[in-house]
Amino acid sequence: MLTAVAIAVDGLGFAAWLFLSSVGLTLIYGVMRILNIAHGGFYALGAYASAWAIGLYVQTGNPVALSYLIIPVMAVIAGTVAGLLIERGVLRFMYGRDEVLMVLVTYALFLILEDVTKLIWGTDSYVAWQPAYALGTVDIMGIPYTVYKLAIIGVAVICGGSLWWGLTHTRVGKLLLVVIEDREVAGALGINVTKFFTVTFLIGATLGALGGALTAPEISVVPGIGAEVIVMAFAVIVIGGMGSIPGAVIGALIVGFARATSVHLYPPAELFSIYLVMAAVLAVKPYGLFALSEGRKI
Amino acid sequence: MKQLDRTELSLLVALPALILAAMVLPSWIVNYVQVSLGMGLVALGVMIQMRAGLVSFGQGLYFCIGGYAAGLAGKYLGISDLFALLLIGILAALIIATTLGFLLRRYREIFYAMLSLAVSMILYGLLSSTEELGSTDGFNLPVPTYLGMAPSGEAARMTLFIITAAVVVASAIALNRLLRSSLGYVNEAIRENELRVEYLGASAHNAVHVTYVIAAVVSSMGGVLWALSLGHVDPEMTNWTTSGSFVFVCILAGTGSIVAPLIGTFLLEILRVYAVEISPNTWQMILGTVMLLTIIFLPKGLWSLLAKSSTAKRFDPEADANTQPGE
Repeated sequence: MLTAVAIAVDGLGFAAWLFLSSVGLTLIYGVMRILNIAHGGFYALGAYASAWAIGLYVQTGNPVALSYLIIPVMAVIAGTVAGLLIERGVLRFMYGRDEVLMVLVTYALFLILEDVTKLIWGTDSYVAWQPAYALGTVDIMGIPYTVYKLAIIGVAVICGGSLWWGLTHTRVGKLLLVVIEDREVAGALGINVTKFFTVTFLIGATLGALGGALTAPEISVVPGIGAEVIVMAFAVIVIGGMGSIPGAVIGALIVGFARATSVHLYPPAELFSIYLVMAAVLAVKPYGLFALSEGRKI
Repeated sequence: MKQLDRTELSLLVALPALILAAMVLPSWIVNYVQVSLGMGLVALGVMIQMRAGLVSFGQGLYFCIGGYAAGLAGKYLGISDLFALLLIGILAALIIATTLGFLLRRYREIFYAMLSLAVSMILYGLLSSTEELGSTDGFNLPVPTYLGMAPSGEAARMTLFIITAAVVVASAIALNRLLRSSLGYVNEAIRENELRVEYLGASAHNAVHVTYVIAAVVSSMGGVLWALSLGHVDPEMTNWTTSGSFVFVCILAGTGSIVAPLIGTFLLEILRVYAVEISPNTWQMILGTVMLLTIIFLPKGLWSLLAKSSTAKRFDPEADANTQPGE
């Protein structure tokens, strides 16, 4: 029973983190048909930026309460600056190229981002535990949990909710859904598709940075975290169907619970369980649960 | 028996040249050559898949399977014979690739790329959490013997080098044959338009499956040879960043000739050694920038610079594919 509760809470926690880290990836793929490996770079940038800023802020003796503001602010700064540079500087010249080629391009960008992060913040690890520590812990059925972890679940729900609201209730969002559904028809209907690309890429990059920024207080930020998260995020969006936002929610929940289950029942299989679930889903639905429809190439 | 073509002839000439060079050159250069020959085989595995339009972001899987199969056989079975280890590595890759092939052959393009990556990360996760195998530190391999002979000192070094070079040259010639076989041509057709291949009566699924298995076997041989020359294996071999560097080599060198990835691997290895020494924190940045520039300005890799004069008049399906906008 205790294990079941632990799995449920941890599963939700993992799922929230996974959703935040992968929703930007699926959004960018849905709209732009770019599988953005550099997403891991955004995540790392966000994590470093927020850990560094929080450290600086707390060291100067300021109240911890305001440090929660630093997280989204640094995420937006990191995501916007890096996203804008990459989209305007490189990607816009390559729109319409082969999807595989774009994977290679974003892989190259990922490599560059990794070193940019190292050049800015060095190779030392950064810790910014204060915001997570200040919230204290809460007992759920006798198991202590950090409130911060639960707060991330809340943030994920808010992010997912506002994304859903934005897509279904605003003009821009509705047009974006049209672009996701069929880019060519959207263009033919008079939608300026490339204008949406820039906006989408910035939102996606910021979401990636936010995933990193929110995680920073819980971990020690070291080089290489971007490479880890991208594989995980990929598993999530592939399960849900690449480009589908509801798919990212379902994918995050599935992966989150699979991981939590294995952590509590058989820890060595932690990483293995994620891909096992992915393989199982793909065996039944080869392109994920909510796959986008694709035209047949004759 | 088909006639040897120019690539095969130059490979055959390169073998004695390599051995001769190994005797003359200082041992640290020879070590780099040997290590990059092993990795070059993996790059060749990536390259033959690229010919079918398939980018494998997880070729490190078979690199690692080869290395670990040899390592485990040495550690638990006490086998140290190079040929036996090579065979074990090949068998391991053959079995695993044939099984996984049933899943992967259904996918193309980014799905193929990312699923091969995911599969390689499963092994990474498994090996990193297996403490009996040294977790992320890996473990050491035995010093290889050769059909009962156990040379020592300088002779051991040279023997391993000669055998490595011979295996690589033989594999490269075999793969060159493969590219010119009907399977090779079907693969190129798959890259262009899979549906039409099916209409013509060839099975794209089978071709992809067979290519996948061949690439796996070649890569595992690379893994065995690489691991034996370093005497050590660790899970980093199957991390996706390692697989990424094999893709990098193929992009940079191009897939125009079987020799290109081999030379590319060597150049990358030399470059890596110096770049890591001079500025360790910008090494990946240099890689990334070079890769971007290659994709933009030399879509067919550095090899296209060398091959331009001789292949310009030949029919080249990619030439117009690249100029078309859209999908």
